[in-house]
Amino acid sequence: MLKRRGVLKVLALSAALAAAGLTSQTAFAQTKTIKVGVLHSLSGTMAISETVLKDVTLMAIDEINAKGGVLGMQLEPVVVDPASNWPLFAEKARQLITQDKVAVVFGCWTSVSRKSVLPVFEELNGLLFYPVQYEGEELSKNVFYTGAAPNQQAIPAVEYLMSKEGGAAKRWVLLGTDYVYPRTTNKILRAFLHSKGVKDSDIDEKYTPFGHSDYQTIVADIKKFSAGGKTAVVSTINGDSNVPFYKELGNQGLKATDVPVVAFSVGEEELRGVDTKPLVGHLAAWNYFMSQKNPVNDAWKKQWAAYAKAKKLPNADKPLTNDPMEAAWIGIHMWKQAVEKAKSTDTDKVIAAMAGQTFKAPSGITSKMDEKNHHLHKSVFIGEVKADGQFNIVWQTKGPIKAQPWSPFIPGNDKKKDEPDGKTIITK
Amino acid sequence: MNKGRFGGPFHMRTLITIVFALLSSGALSQEGKDIEKLAFGESDEKIEAIAALVASGTPKAAEVLQALADGELYTAGKRVLMVKGDTATDAVTGEKIASVPDEKEDITVNNRLRRELGAALAALKLISPQVEVRRSSVKELLNSAEPAMLPLVRKALAAESDPQIKAMLGQIAAALELRSEDRAARLAAVKKLADSNNASTKTLLLGFLNEEKDEELKSEARKSLSAIEGRLAWGERLGVIFTSVSLGSILLLAALGLAITYGLMGVINMAHGELIMIGAYATYVTQNLFKGSAHFDWYLIAAIPVAFLVSALVGMALERSVIRWLYGRPLETLLSTWGISLILIQAVRTIFGAQNVQVENPAFMSGGVEILTGIVLPWSRIVIIGFALFVLLGIWLLLNKTRLGLFVRGVTQNRDMASCVGVPTARVDTWAFGLGSGIAGLAGCALSQIGNVGPDLGQSYIVDSFMVVVLGGVGQLAGTVYAALGLGFANKLLEAWQGAVLAKIAVLIFIIIFIQKRPQGMFALKGRAVES
Repeated sequence: MLKRRGVLKVLALSAALAAAGLTSQTAFAQTKTIKVGVLHSLSGTMAISETVLKDVTLMAIDEINAKGGVLGMQLEPVVVDPASNWPLFAEKARQLITQDKVAVVFGCWTSVSRKSVLPVFEELNGLLFYPVQYEGEELSKNVFYTGAAPNQQAIPAVEYLMSKEGGAAKRWVLLGTDYVYPRTTNKILRAFLHSKGVKDSDIDEKYTPFGHSDYQTIVADIKKFSAGGKTAVVSTINGDSNVPFYKELGNQGLKATDVPVVAFSVGEEELRGVDTKPLVGHLAAWNYFMSQKNPVNDAWKKQWAAYAKAKKLPNADKPLTNDPMEAAWIGIHMWKQAVEKAKSTDTDKVIAAMAGQTFKAPSGITSKMDEKNHHLHKSVFIGEVKADGQFNIVWQTKGPIKAQPWSPFIPGNDKKKDEPDGKTIITK
Repeated sequence: MNKGRFGGPFHMRTLITIVFALLSSGALSQEGKDIEKLAFGESDEKIEAIAALVASGTPKAAEVLQALADGELYTAGKRVLMVKGDTATDAVTGEKIASVPDEKEDITVNNRLRRELGAALAALKLISPQVEVRRSSVKELLNSAEPAMLPLVRKALAAESDPQIKAMLGQIAAALELRSEDRAARLAAVKKLADSNNASTKTLLLGFLNEEKDEELKSEARKSLSAIEGRLAWGERLGVIFTSVSLGSILLLAALGLAITYGLMGVINMAHGELIMIGAYATYVTQNLFKGSAHFDWYLIAAIPVAFLVSALVGMALERSVIRWLYGRPLETLLSTWGISLILIQAVRTIFGAQNVQVENPAFMSGGVEILTGIVLPWSRIVIIGFALFVLLGIWLLLNKTRLGLFVRGVTQNRDMASCVGVPTARVDTWAFGLGSGIAGLAGCALSQIGNVGPDLGQSYIVDSFMVVVLGGVGQLAGTVYAALGLGFANKLLEAWQGAVLAKIAVLIFIIIFIQKRPQGMFALKGRAVES
């Protein structure tokens, strides 16, 4: 008996020493959990898109904890609601890092919210995983971008619409919500269209405020514009404005065979509240669609359906997955792998360990984090809306594409490094 | 592995098609080959196959094309299957297949193919015995006819008896004949096209002007073009008027309730937007009760009184508990109603969740009516304009033809005198506030049909509502109507000219200047609000 107790003591002591040696932050050794922050709007105009990202992150945390956690410690999620209010994002981010002492934050959807939290993460040397497609023109050492850069979504989509298969569009309506992501994306697209010989008179750029709900004039204008030649609409409308926009398209009978609309922020989740029968054929460009058939995706969809049912999530009777959910899923798993590789949750060590991480993604490829530029290599898919609200993939790239956060279509970007410095480079 | 995944299927399919074509070339009819090309070929081949099938015009060709359009055509191994429910038929041989195989694959139809398919089906249906089928297929073809269809169109034109359809067919034929070799045919076509209402004809004629050498034909084309442009411009003007009236009607609905509570009673009610939101949520709850029932479309009718009553009750409770203690103290009223609005938002968020809820449109609110080619008036907007008129009429009758209305007007104009002659002013206040709140609920019911329903719904309408009431002149129903329509027109005209963001800013600046020049609004009336 005595001997056995002695052995136990020695074991406990060495374990404590090992833990203290491994993690510089003693708080972790005491509580035996690693805190992770979840920073998504659960109310306001962006809640339509962001709420499921919170849920899928929590599902990943549950899964990781069930398999024994990370470095032998359980993950403890800290969920906050920045309420689609951009300054509140920065406040909540600061609270997560300084008060809750989270090791990493998964969050943000709109670029304006990311821009708002960026200084906080850089000042406090935090770590943010950003799961949504965006406009590029940014590279911070404290952020990993698991969504698409413009060359992984916007440009392939426009190229497709220009091709014979996509309808050989000659005129372009660039329609977006009025903030940084649509404005920058449209700037890149305009330069790209110029490089393809499209004149300014054949491009119509339009913006609406956040939460805009009266799209009558805009849809009528699109109709008028399309009388001048084969027209395609590139929509960067974000949030719940998409519902009235698509309703108006359907009501005014603007069919995809005449004027196709390709959207960069509309997925399965956003179409949930819309009658999709009049919208058949309108397009979306993403790096993942729920309708993809492969074993990883099948298992993931099943896991999500079971999770939604178990947690009694709203809409659990019709569980949907989408691209940003997939990106969030990849992000948290890669973070876990990087922590295990670094044997630490220290920001700088994890950043170093993230380079070249791979993960079997539901989109059917093995996703790889670029060795240098903090972006994932991604395949691009273009899908057409089906009557049931799912997407039918009509085009895809031959394989994963490396992200170009600095678009070559913006002058001056050729001189920028494809790797974050010790500090951020931001153009404006 | 990736190479195989992404590049493979197409080559495989082409290979299969070629092998199949070689194997079966002796045994299969031309039609069978076309159907296989339709199923296994690449896009270009598929389009050739569609053209070939249309030219053959057989019932089987129509059946296969329809199946492809409806997503009922599948491939299974080397066979092409038409699957309807649980039964499958081999599309090539026509043989019935006992069980639907599990490993069937969809045939991908993209927009390009769908367009060709739609035109092909429409062309095949041109000689249908039913007038409605012919009408819809002619409409489809107005924008998508192909030169190859000219013989079919001519045949249909000769057989057509309905004058309207015949006229449209004439347009289609003329558009196709613009490229004819024969000068006389081109001239006739150009003259004929002057009657067109179609925006795409304009594009067609512009292209024709660039290519045509003959001066006489060119001047005819210019004449036709200006005739079409004139008509199209009218269509556009009509469209702008309609969207302006539609926006005006929404502003009117949102502001009418406030015109009573603020305009007539002088209560600065910051919770007005939340009463609209409560009406929208009442509609949502009513819709859920009707879910699964056969009379789902009628939920909206049932929701109208429900929304009115719920909002009215909430409004009356507010008046009895908070607002009536604050009459004559505008600043305190403003602050306390603002606090109430926050409480109401949070309450709804707690009960229904922070996310938007879905309110489905009944079938009769979807789609629209086409008044000219290209100008579609959505039913939802038409219904809301009608509803706004109905509510307006109701309020007018209530205020001018009933005892309650008389009391409300009396109390508004001179509270003390009304009290002296025996009007129970406190009770009249409650009823009037309930009426204003109920109308806000009706606005919520209407707004749920065109916008998003969420806890923040009211916030986006409160500013607009106050704008309308203040601009129209406090204490005046007629002023509210003019102001709502005026703002609707100003907003839509500016939006068409400068975009939605600038239009909003410009309207706000205009109102600031207007209120400075004329603080009493467009129409001023004596009342308690003015006196105090």
